[in-house]
Amino acid sequence: MSLFDTFFAPFAEFEFMRRALAGVFALSLGAGPVGAFLMLRRMSLTGDAMAHAILPGAAIGFLFAGLNLYAMTAGGLAAGLLVAVGAGVVARATGMKEDASLAAFYLISLALGVLIVSLRGSNVDLLHVLFGTVLGIDDATLMLIAGITTVTLLTLAVVWRPLVLECVDPTFLASVSRSGGVSHIAFLSLVVLNLVGGFHALGTLLSVGLMMLPAATARFFVRDLTALVTTSTLIAFGSGVAGLLVSYHLGTPSGPSIILVAGLAYAGAVILGPIGGLAGRFVPRRHLEA
Amino acid sequence: MSAQISFRNLTLGYERHPAVHHLSGEVKQGALLAICGANGAGKSTLLKGIGGALKPLGGSIDRHGLDPREIAYLPQGAEIDRSFPIHVYDMVSMGLWRRAGLFGGIGRADRTKIEHAIAAVGLEGFETRPIGTLSGGQMQRTLFARLLLQDARVILLDEPFTALDAKTVSDLVDLVRRWHGEKRTVIAVLHDFDLVRATFPETLLLARTPVAWGPTAEALGPENLLKARRLGESWRDDALPCSDAA
Repeated sequence: MSLFDTFFAPFAEFEFMRRALAGVFALSLGAGPVGAFLMLRRMSLTGDAMAHAILPGAAIGFLFAGLNLYAMTAGGLAAGLLVAVGAGVVARATGMKEDASLAAFYLISLALGVLIVSLRGSNVDLLHVLFGTVLGIDDATLMLIAGITTVTLLTLAVVWRPLVLECVDPTFLASVSRSGGVSHIAFLSLVVLNLVGGFHALGTLLSVGLMMLPAATARFFVRDLTALVTTSTLIAFGSGVAGLLVSYHLGTPSGPSIILVAGLAYAGAVILGPIGGLAGRFVPRRHLEA
Repeated sequence: MSAQISFRNLTLGYERHPAVHHLSGEVKQGALLAICGANGAGKSTLLKGIGGALKPLGGSIDRHGLDPREIAYLPQGAEIDRSFPIHVYDMVSMGLWRRAGLFGGIGRADRTKIEHAIAAVGLEGFETRPIGTLSGGQMQRTLFARLLLQDARVILLDEPFTALDAKTVSDLVDLVRRWHGEKRTVIAVLHDFDLVRATFPETLLLARTPVAWGPTAEALGPENLLKARRLGESWRDDALPCSDAA
């Protein structure tokens, strides 16, 4: 098999592969920076919790309208935003730690979703919601993902400074501006939006992987925020392309393939990463002059 | 000099328990005021109240038209996430927030100001260093450079010289004196009485309630220090509502 057959032919020959490529590209542009900030704000597990919070909303949408893009998106968005905003408001208004507040909200959301589904007595096929269908992305889904990415990048441009300040020195931000709370809620909304965008391609549970794994991998290579966001995005897109090719050639499910490639990159970074990687600890290098 | 900040029977605290209890008085414009007292005496709480981060449980703070966001505040270092991937230059440039806000650009004049501020605290050559690699003294110099850029009329410093070497303390105290010379109001929480006596003409001695407020030599006299020590910390779950509360 030639180099062309391996890397280019699948995309050149099949439209569904080109759509998947465009979808993965759009997803990576949003997931890269959002994942980087989730990690820097020590909210890595928040993404996972939010993915669970979206699940019942999407399932309810599926229950009432079948595999309808808009119904599932609206359900996922409503459930995710309710949990994100509710948990954020309760944490700020009461002084309760945000992780505890979020856990309370997403567990209620999850239980409510399961209850509604079981009351309908229908054996709902949630495989689509759980694992996505990146190879089955249609025009409407592609437009939705691209729209979410556009909103994400524009919102990040607006809240970038308070977001950074709230991470590094929240007391200083509170002393110079009241934008901390608004930017936090805006950021949580972006997390939800990107998870909802991602679940059509990767499923709710895997879409968080495209946020967190590239960000965690990038941390082993760069020390600068801009570089971290850029590297996260590139790793996410690289994992997407490689995952699609693996899926095409080996016949494996596309969503898990993409996340596993991102996981391999993370494992490689843990071992070989120049900043804090294991190899640097066990292979002695000469110290510097200053 | 007219008053910059006035306290009227001010009580600040947490969950209805007072940390600063019934404080009245005023800080003049251009004052150089030290706040002293034992741990738990309410010093940091008072700074948070002045900065607007904490609302009074009773009484009031009058800033005489000054927006709390125009007050520069240097918190204790522990509140900063040193693992965040940001360089000294960017950290210092945060001091331009009031002018730049969410979208304002940082032009050539601003860059010159940032460079001057970094030079003024002796950190030339450290511009591209991540803050996580700085020593405690270098980090504190970075925060002082950010304060310089804030160009505020009122500056609040919470234990700014803790765990610093003599040279760094001397350099930063020179900056504080410079602010005082520029008629800015500086209020600093400090534990080093020798430093306070040498640098700060006015001192507020706190033990939750104000013990003394006036010229430093008098406020830190033996009688007042003994009184402050006796008052100590007090937090009782079964405390009754304060009879002096408005």
